[in-house]
Amino acid sequence: MSHHIVEFKNVSFCYPDGTEALRDISFRITHGESVGIIGANGAGKSTLLLHMNGYLMPTSGTVNIGDLYLTRQTRQEIRRKVGIVFQNPDDQLFMPTVYEDVAFGPLNLGMDETAVRERVEYALNLVSGLELQNKPPHHLSCGQKSAVAIASVIAVEPDILAMDEPAANLDPRSRRLLINLLKTFEHSKIIASHDLDLIMDVCHRCIVIREGTVVADGPVMEILTNRQLLEENHLELPLSLQKR
Amino acid sequence: MTFDEKYYNIGFLDQLSYKNTFVHRLDPRAKLIITLLFLFTVISFSKYEISALLPFFLYPMLLMTIGEIPFMFIAKKVILVAPFAVFIGIFNPLLDSGQVFISNGLTISAGWLSFFSILIKFTLTVSTALLLIATTSFPGVCHGLRQLGLPSLFVSQLSFLYRYIFVLMEETMRIVRARDMRSYGQRGKGMKVFVRLVGILFIRTVERAERIYYAMLSRGFQGDMPTLKRFHIKTGDVIFAVSVAAFLYIFRFYPATQILGRFVQGVFS
Repeated sequence: MSHHIVEFKNVSFCYPDGTEALRDISFRITHGESVGIIGANGAGKSTLLLHMNGYLMPTSGTVNIGDLYLTRQTRQEIRRKVGIVFQNPDDQLFMPTVYEDVAFGPLNLGMDETAVRERVEYALNLVSGLELQNKPPHHLSCGQKSAVAIASVIAVEPDILAMDEPAANLDPRSRRLLINLLKTFEHSKIIASHDLDLIMDVCHRCIVIREGTVVADGPVMEILTNRQLLEENHLELPLSLQKR
Repeated sequence: MTFDEKYYNIGFLDQLSYKNTFVHRLDPRAKLIITLLFLFTVISFSKYEISALLPFFLYPMLLMTIGEIPFMFIAKKVILVAPFAVFIGIFNPLLDSGQVFISNGLTISAGWLSFFSILIKFTLTVSTALLLIATTSFPGVCHGLRQLGLPSLFVSQLSFLYRYIFVLMEETMRIVRARDMRSYGQRGKGMKVFVRLVGILFIRTVERAERIYYAMLSRGFQGDMPTLKRFHIKTGDVIFAVSVAAFLYIFRFYPATQILGRFVQGVFS
C-alpha cells in the first residue's frame, strides 16, 4: 500500500500568543519509512506532531495524511490513521485500569467485546505487558507505563505511529526493550527525540528542524555523523559515535 | 502530619482494595447495594435508639475480619471525621432535657441518649462506607455504579478522579518538597508563597487536562465513555446479599436484642 504517506506542504503555524512555531515547513514521508525528527528545545518538534492528528490546524499550508487533506471534517478519520504516543505516559493513560485504557480506542471504533478483548491482548502481549492488565496505571513503573501507552495506541492499529520522546524517563534496560520493540513495527514511524542513539537504531531517515523549519533531511547516518550540523542545532554526535 | 504521610495514607487505602479475600472478590454491585441498604437501615432508627443499633456493628466487624482490613486504620479514619458528628450532636444534652428511665431508678436525659445515638449511627455509617472502599477496587465501584444505571458522565468523572488524584498529589508533593528544600526554616512558608503554589498547581492541572484530552481524541473519543461488561453475578454474591439483607431486616423490625437478652436471662434463672 502506498497511501500511508505524511506530507506537509508549506505549513506554518502561529500560537494564539503570537509565537511562530512552524515556518513554511515541507516534507514527505512515504509508506513504511521510519523517520527521526530532531532539533533543539523549542524548535517545533511537538507542535509538528500535534499537526499530524489535527489538534492543531496549520495557519497556512496543507497537511496530507494517507491521501486525506487535514480539515475539521477529516480530523476524525485522520486520527484513526495516525496514533500518537505522548511524552508523558500519565497523560496518555487516563482510564482506571490498564485493560480499560487499552480497550478505550477499539471500543470507540465500535468493535464488539470479543474483538476488543483480542485486540487488547494482542497489543499488551506485543509490549509484554499482558500480566499488567488489571492494574491501575499509578501502580506501574515508568517503563511499564510507557509500554502500556504504546500498547494503547497499537490497539487501534494505526497506519502511522508518531511518538514524542518515547524513551524519556526510561532506565537503560527499558529503553533497550523499547528500541527492540520499535524495530519490529512495520508501521510508518515518526519519532521526535533528543535521544540520537535511539533515532540511529530505529530510523532510516532523519529530519532536522530549527525555528520551525527544515534545515536538513536525509539518511540517518549522513545526518547524525555531521558534527557541524548537529552542533549548530544544539545537538551533538550520538554517544556511540563519540570517541573517548 | 506532613503532606508525604497523607499521600501514602491514601495510597494505603488503595492498596488494601486490591487484596484478594472473599469480601474483595464479591461483586461490586452486591456490595454497593448492601452498603446502601445498611446505611438506610441504620439511619431509619429513631433518634433515641441505642441498644437496637449495637448488633449492627457485627456487619462492619465481619467485613473487617474477613477482608483482612487492619482495625486501627479504619478506627483512625473514623476518629478523624468524628468532630463533625460531635458538633451536630453536642447541643442535644442541653436542648433536650427530658428524662428517660433506664432501670433501678437510674435516669438519663433524653439529650444524652440522642447524642450517643448520633455517634453510634455515625460510626456505623462511616466505617461501613470506608470498608466498602477498602474492600472494593475503585474501578470496581465505578463499574458497579455504571451497571446500576448511574449516568456515564458521573461515572467517568469518578474514574478520572481516581486516576488523577495520585498524579496530582505526586505533583503537589514535588512542589511542596521543592519549596521546603529552599525555604530554610520559616521564610517561604507564608501565605503569599502558598497562594502562588496553588496557582501553579492549577495551571499545571489545566495544561495536563488539555494533554489528556488530546490523548483521548487521538484514540477516537467523541463524547461518550465506552464501557465493558465485566462482572457476572455469582452464587456467592447472591448468598452474601440475601443473608446480609435478612440480617438487616430482622434486627430492624424485631427487637432482637431484647429477645436475646430474655433468652439469656431464661437460661441463667
